[in-house]
Amino acid sequence: MLAHSLFFYFFSLITVFAAVMVTISRNTVNSVFFLILVFVSVSILFILIGAEFLGMIMLIVYVGAVAVLFLFIVMMLNISEQITKKTKREGFINNIPAGLIVGIIIFLELIVVVGGWKNKNDFVNLSNSTLNLEATNTHAIGNVLYTDYIHLFQISGIILLIAMIGAIYLTFNKKENVKRQSYFDQIQRDKSSAISLVDVKSGEGIKFDD
Amino acid sequence: MIEIGLGHYLTLSAVIFSIGIIGIFLNRKNVIIILMSIELILLAVNINLVSFSIYLQNIVGQIFAIFILTVAAAEAAIGLAIIVIYYKNKGSINVESINTLKG
Repeated sequence: MLAHSLFFYFFSLITVFAAVMVTISRNTVNSVFFLILVFVSVSILFILIGAEFLGMIMLIVYVGAVAVLFLFIVMMLNISEQITKKTKREGFINNIPAGLIVGIIIFLELIVVVGGWKNKNDFVNLSNSTLNLEATNTHAIGNVLYTDYIHLFQISGIILLIAMIGAIYLTFNKKENVKRQSYFDQIQRDKSSAISLVDVKSGEGIKFDD
Repeated sequence: MIEIGLGHYLTLSAVIFSIGIIGIFLNRKNVIIILMSIELILLAVNINLVSFSIYLQNIVGQIFAIFILTVAAAEAAIGLAIIVIYYKNKGSINVESINTLKG
């Protein structure tokens, strides 16, 4: 139990520190690296609490895809120079009071909820699909995800498809003055449109007028 | 203090959520950090769902955390695509200059 609490405090302190650094870091590239640190330590916390499948998925999806996407965008768009050139700090200083007020109020509200939760133990008995302690975490998730929640699973797949189509459509630019292969024209071409037979009389040539 | 319960995880989630909100306020000029703050907020929601799922011994919380993960990935992809297309058109992504819609 002591080891669990030590690990929890260690990784949650790292998480909070890295989350603060994401917001106050001067360089956007550093923010992305601290975001990766947040994701890694939160996935370790998930594994610690017993949700190992979600922790690994978190590592793959967030660190492997989303954070790298952010990193690519930051490096491609050359933003870090632009932001420091244009007095980023002034807006930062001006927004501190409003941000802190709203953030602290929301934090206090959430803490009140956490405190109130301790007096509400009746909630436990409402759940009907309980965790099977013999099966592994991945097994339990698969048992529920592919049976009871199959429609939501497929809808989430469609959401990903739509996001992919949207991202490709947004960033796809059609270049002018570039000769491209036209697959439909190639496939539709047949003998009647491609070849013309001409009778050539002997002693004369063929004259194409085009 | 030594015994780690549900309250500890919920407090951690509340802290990360608040940091995300504060980050949106502080970095009003940098749209990429705003997107990263939104990711932090979604992460806090995921921590909430997973800790309740373990505490209540109910797997459904983790299922919903997976769906939130999916939606967060889609949202990041679309948002970054919009940023790229905006940068291509205007040459900068300064949030102050995004006022063509006159909203």
